[in-house]
Amino acid sequence: MNQIPALVRVFAYLSLLTVGGGMAAFPEMKILTVEVHKWLTFPQLIHLYSVGQMAPGPNMMMIVSIGEWAGGMLGAIVVLVAFFGPTAVLAFVVARGWKKLEKWPWRTSIQQGLAPVSIGLLLAGCFTMAKGAITGVETGAIAVGVLLILLQYKVNPALLVVGGAVVGVLSFMPK
Amino acid sequence: MKDVSIFDIFLEFLIIGATSFGGVVPYLRGSLVTKRHWIDDKEFVEMLSISQSLPGLNATNMAILVGEKLRGALGSIAGIIGICLPGAVLMYVVGHYYRIHGDHIWITAALKGVAAAAVGLILSTVVGLSKKSLAGKFDFVFMALTVIAVNRLHLGVPRTLVGVGLLAILFHYPRKDQKESAAQ
Repeated sequence: MNQIPALVRVFAYLSLLTVGGGMAAFPEMKILTVEVHKWLTFPQLIHLYSVGQMAPGPNMMMIVSIGEWAGGMLGAIVVLVAFFGPTAVLAFVVARGWKKLEKWPWRTSIQQGLAPVSIGLLLAGCFTMAKGAITGVETGAIAVGVLLILLQYKVNPALLVVGGAVVGVLSFMPK
Repeated sequence: MKDVSIFDIFLEFLIIGATSFGGVVPYLRGSLVTKRHWIDDKEFVEMLSISQSLPGLNATNMAILVGEKLRGALGSIAGIIGICLPGAVLMYVVGHYYRIHGDHIWITAALKGVAAAAVGLILSTVVGLSKKSLAGKFDFVFMALTVIAVNRLHLGVPRTLVGVGLLAILFHYPRKDQKESAAQ
C-alpha cells in the first residue's frame, strides 16, 4: 500500500507542532505513527528517538528512519521535506519581516508567553516517552543519574547517552 | 558579507551537521560567530530567540535565518540542506540496520539504557530552559497547564498550544513596566 501521501500529511502536520523543539511533537507523533498508521511500535519509536540523540545535527533525524520503514528511500526524502519544509518557509518569512516588528509591543508578549508553553510541551513529550522508557528501578536510576550529572557538570550529552547504552548492556543482558 | 558564497554556506552548515554531537547550539555559535564572523554575538542571541519562538527545530531555523541574512533564499536552502544531510544519512543507515537487527538481545539491552538516558537528557533541558526563560510563578502555572492539557486531558498539542499559548501571551500583554515585572 502506498504510504507516501500519509507520510506527507503526518509529518507536515507534526512540523507545525514543534514549538520550542522536536519533543513538543512527540505525543502527537506517537498517536499518528504508532496508533493510527502503525508504521512502527511504541518501543521502536522510543529507541529511534533515543538513538537519534547520539547523532549529530538537528535532533529529530530519526524521522528519516520512520520514512524509510514506511516508504523506502522515497519515503525518507518525502518525510524530510514534509517535516522541515513548512517551518523553514515560516522562518524565512519571519526573518524578512522580523525587523519591521521590532517596535511592535506584542512581539515581546508572544516571546514571553510562548516560553512557558514550549517548556511545558517539552516536558509533556518527555512524560509520554518516559511511560515507555522508564520500566523499572534500573532505567529510572539511569535517567536520574544522567539528569544529575548534566545539572552538575559540563559534559557532552551525547557521551552520557552512549554511557546509558553501556549501563543498559551491563544491567539487562541475560546472565 | 557579499563574499560568502552559497557553497561556503552549504559547507559550513554541513560541517556543523556532521560534528555537532550532543546539541547544535554551541557548535553554531563557535562556527558562525567565532570562526567565520558571519554574525556577531548579539545577532546570534537574537536569531536564537526568534528560532525558539517559531515552530521548527532551533538548528534548522538558525540555518534558515543565517542563510537568509548572508545570501537570501538560496543561502537558506544551502544552510538547511547542509545541516540536515549528515544526520539524515546516518539515521537512514541506522534505522535500516535497527529494523533488521533490533531484536538482538544485546541491542535491546543497550537501547533500554539509551532511552532512559535520553529521558534524563530531556529533563535536564527542561530544567535549563526553565531557569533561563521562566519569569515569575505564573509562568510555572502555564507550564503545568500545558503538561496537564497534553498528558492528562489528552487535548492534543494543537489545541493546547492555541489555548494555553493565547492565555500566556495575553497574560504577558504589553505594558510599560514589563521589564520590571518580568524581573521579579
